[in-house]
Amino acid sequence: MSETAVIPHSPTEVWKLPSRGIVAMACLILAESAIFIIFVVAYVFYIGKSVSGPTPREVLELPIFSSICLLSSSLTVHFAVSALHDSKRGMCSLWLGLTVLLGGIFLAATAREWYQLIYHDGLTIKTNLFGTTYYSLVGLHATHVVVGLFMLSLALLFSLRGGLTSNHTERLEVLSLYWHFVDAVWIVVFLVVYVLGR
Amino acid sequence: MATQTPVTAILDKTPASPPRRLLFQVLHDWLTTLDHKKIGLMYIVYALIFLVIGGLEAVLMRIQLAIPNNHFVSPETFNRLFTMHGTTMVFFVGMPILFGFGNYLIPLMIGARDMAFPRLNAFSFWISAFGGTLLYFSYVGGSGLYGAGSAPDVGWFAYAPLTAHVFSPGHSTDYWTLAVLLSGVGTVGTAVNIVATTLCMRCPGMKLSRMPLLVWLYLITSFMVFVTISPLTAAQIMLMLDRYVGSHFFDTQAGGSAVLWMHFFWIFGHPEVYILVLPAFAFANEIIPVFSRKAIFGYPAMAAASVCIGFISLSVWAHHMFTVGMGPGANTFFTLSTMIISVPTGIKIFNWLATLWGGKIQFTTAMLFAIGFLFQFLIAGLTGIMLSVSPFNWQLSASYFVIAHFHYVLVGAILFMIFSAFYYWYPKITGRMLNERLGKWHFWLFLIGFHLTFDFMHIPGLLGMPRRVYTYEADRGWMMWNMIVSSGAIVQTAGTLLFVFNMVRSYFKGAIAGADPWDAWTLEWSTTSPPPEYNFAVTPSVASRRPLWDLKHPEDPDGNYE
Amino acid sequence: MSTHRIGSCLAASIPFDSAHGSTSVFSPAATPAHAIYSLSMLVLSITAAIFLVVAGLLVYVLIRYRSRASDTEEPTQIYGSNQIELSWTVIPILIVVMLFLATARVIFATESAPKPVSAMDVTVIGHQFWWEYRYPGFGVVTANELHIPVSDPQHPTPTYLTMSSADTDHSFWIPRLAGKMDLIPNKINTMWIDPPATGLYLGQCAQYCGTQHAKMLLRVYADSPTDFAAWIKHQQQPAEENAAVAEGRTVFQHNACISCHSVAGTVATGRFGPDLTHVASRDTIASGAIVNTPANVRDFVSDPSHLKPGALMPPMHLNDHDLDAVTAYLMTLK
Repeated sequence: MSETAVIPHSPTEVWKLPSRGIVAMACLILAESAIFIIFVVAYVFYIGKSVSGPTPREVLELPIFSSICLLSSSLTVHFAVSALHDSKRGMCSLWLGLTVLLGGIFLAATAREWYQLIYHDGLTIKTNLFGTTYYSLVGLHATHVVVGLFMLSLALLFSLRGGLTSNHTERLEVLSLYWHFVDAVWIVVFLVVYVLGR
Repeated sequence: MATQTPVTAILDKTPASPPRRLLFQVLHDWLTTLDHKKIGLMYIVYALIFLVIGGLEAVLMRIQLAIPNNHFVSPETFNRLFTMHGTTMVFFVGMPILFGFGNYLIPLMIGARDMAFPRLNAFSFWISAFGGTLLYFSYVGGSGLYGAGSAPDVGWFAYAPLTAHVFSPGHSTDYWTLAVLLSGVGTVGTAVNIVATTLCMRCPGMKLSRMPLLVWLYLITSFMVFVTISPLTAAQIMLMLDRYVGSHFFDTQAGGSAVLWMHFFWIFGHPEVYILVLPAFAFANEIIPVFSRKAIFGYPAMAAASVCIGFISLSVWAHHMFTVGMGPGANTFFTLSTMIISVPTGIKIFNWLATLWGGKIQFTTAMLFAIGFLFQFLIAGLTGIMLSVSPFNWQLSASYFVIAHFHYVLVGAILFMIFSAFYYWYPKITGRMLNERLGKWHFWLFLIGFHLTFDFMHIPGLLGMPRRVYTYEADRGWMMWNMIVSSGAIVQTAGTLLFVFNMVRSYFKGAIAGADPWDAWTLEWSTTSPPPEYNFAVTPSVASRRPLWDLKHPEDPDGNYE
Repeated sequence: MSTHRIGSCLAASIPFDSAHGSTSVFSPAATPAHAIYSLSMLVLSITAAIFLVVAGLLVYVLIRYRSRASDTEEPTQIYGSNQIELSWTVIPILIVVMLFLATARVIFATESAPKPVSAMDVTVIGHQFWWEYRYPGFGVVTANELHIPVSDPQHPTPTYLTMSSADTDHSFWIPRLAGKMDLIPNKINTMWIDPPATGLYLGQCAQYCGTQHAKMLLRVYADSPTDFAAWIKHQQQPAEENAAVAEGRTVFQHNACISCHSVAGTVATGRFGPDLTHVASRDTIASGAIVNTPANVRDFVSDPSHLKPGALMPPMHLNDHDLDAVTAYLMTLK
């Protein structure tokens, strides 16, 4: 073994570094934001440029209820993390369960909306530029909801089986960061698709 | 007859030479490894393989263009060659080789035992490698079941609507977009890893302001990856939707916009150049000081200039689009932003000069390549300024002048610095020195070949020769210049072969390097060559930017001056 | 201006003269190309000066501070200096500002130039792999060889090109007349040219547009006002009827030719390929790639992708007799 660069310095200095889980999730969120920005730009760029119908005004309705569900799930996942931090494992399961439920309602509402659009309004991704940008932007967000729900369900499963302890708070927090991000993206998507685009 | 066994032999559990392992075991070891050094090496080897393939494609193109109306390859083949050459060199040579060095060096330089997420690291490598394989599989599967297949021929920036099904039937473009998408996923994965490693795994005392500049620049590069590779990923998703499910993002018949693709591509494409060149700067920041025997001049300015480059590079993309009719307002804005980026870039060049100033410069092969880098990067920057002048750009864009300019950056600056990095860190990686005599031959051959090719390549551009033509008219006066350019390609090939030979030969016969052959100052030189799997037996702690300087000069440690 | 002289010397060190077939950006022959040329001389001079200073410094440093074998001491460590950093930040910024202002002037002078009423309009449509030119003021449609009137600087008659594409992206680049401008489907771009001297100006497509991008050549004929008027008058006529080639005309009209090509005054009204009404009056065929001779036309009709691989026109599979007849017919379309 060769020399090692050990330079004596005051041992009292505390050497604290950020959590790598949270840093990595922040990076991922940054990258994902860039992807969403491009899809949003494409959506905004193509507003009103479709050469044929149907138009957003004709077929889109404001998804108020499902939006409230999704946004409130941000609160419940936050409570779940707090509960786990305080070692209240029962409460943690409860909040996680509620989060999964709210996310599920949102996803079901999206599915119902798409069914309506495809089978009643005749709008598919092939129909026109509105269809192209609408399904891809909302679909990209819905994909993220699906991934988030899968992870949350896993966490719920672990929690119900008693495998989740306060040692795992940081991991659950990382997951909750992702979920907050998915919710925040929905606010942008909602504003762009249902407010600006209509 | 009983013999006495010495105590030390009993204690030392490691046999002097480990038993020869089966090939399968070695292979299994590499395929399943999570060690950042092995993953880094795999990145580098994989990139070198693609470098040879991409280089071969370039040579074929240069043979075709050496004389006008040549029939060496068909137009279709030529179009595939330049598409594959560009895609290969950017996505499957440039990115992996730079990330390979990053993977290998960053944990060693910050005194860590591995990257923050070893599994993610392996995943990122294998997904990128899969992307590269997929790209070349298009030669077999590009036409689906109908024929022998063909590679994509849409150009490396694949302008819409050439990529639409109407103009690119078959599957070759699908392979292209999938390959680029996968490489992007791998790249983002590695970038996440690099950021998490540098922010969360530094050894005690290694504040951000004490990190080696190489680590700083990799950190900035990684942040740029998040905000620039992702738009490309998004654009590739859109292109795939267009091609697979019939959406209309870039379908001009249905009101889609070809210009939108250009914007999306170049929002990635231009910062990508900086993503590739910042690691080259990073190598220069380590190598130039060591062989000048001086600390880097203006460490904070160097870090700050790199951050500036990172930010400004996000606002210059449309200088690739001065001829698409954006109007005078946009042209003026992107002219200004592009010119401004030359300021922080200039700061870096001046700081390197100041580092050399007053030093005692040792002309090792690594240093020769670094000096070549400085000289060529200066010229590349100046031709870059010419191209930023948008009216001049209306003449020069998409001509051979542009090809010469960006090869000056990619080969003259980046590849030279990569060669320099090989000569500098090869001893650390293998434990043996690269042969300096062969190295100098390699340097001079490659330098001459480079200048023959890329100096003279500017001229046909000024004489009106556009890029991506498989042949040209005989009466335009381009032939002599193309002939010189093509002959330079042969000289560069010879230089590169010498380098490969040197690498292989030195691996078996090179002089033993020892831990610190260059009398350098950063932490990677404090451990053995090659480093053990755990990097450092004891986690080091540092008190300055140059911990090994402090160790060698305890009477005058660096910490006093920071 | 002395800086201009340095630039000119640089440019002169390489033969950029206007020999036949020249497409050099350094032999401008119209106002936009001239403006770019002067600006480029300024830029070349500034960059050359920067190069001399910085490369000179580099060479000096390498020689002055090379290590000597006898010397084993480490040199004095210098860590930086804010004053110096500041100076090499401010000076480049000043250069950039200067260069930017000079550039902005040319951008607006070229792109926002007021269009004189005497200007002529031509619509340019890029196709894989040929050029369509329409003269809306004269009701003329032609292909591949653009005729424009010369523009007297005293009484300018510039030509304004309105450009778009029928398929993929193309780019219109005649280096001696102006910088390039892309032709993009779904987008209208404009540019203008005003050569004061008659002559033939060459160029080619500068945006990769598919297999045969390389042979999508450009030919611009600047004619004297009288020549141009005569040319326009001739182009406005319908196709010449010639009884001697009636057989060839029949072959032409009974094959797929007419679904892609137009011959004014006949049943041939296709729009996919070049207009052939006056094809025999052109110097070249196949977008400038081939000289317009009967032998070449016959060759091209029998198998276009033999002469121009990737051309979208399929081989016509005509027998030798029909080929001769069609060739004879096409050569009468003066």
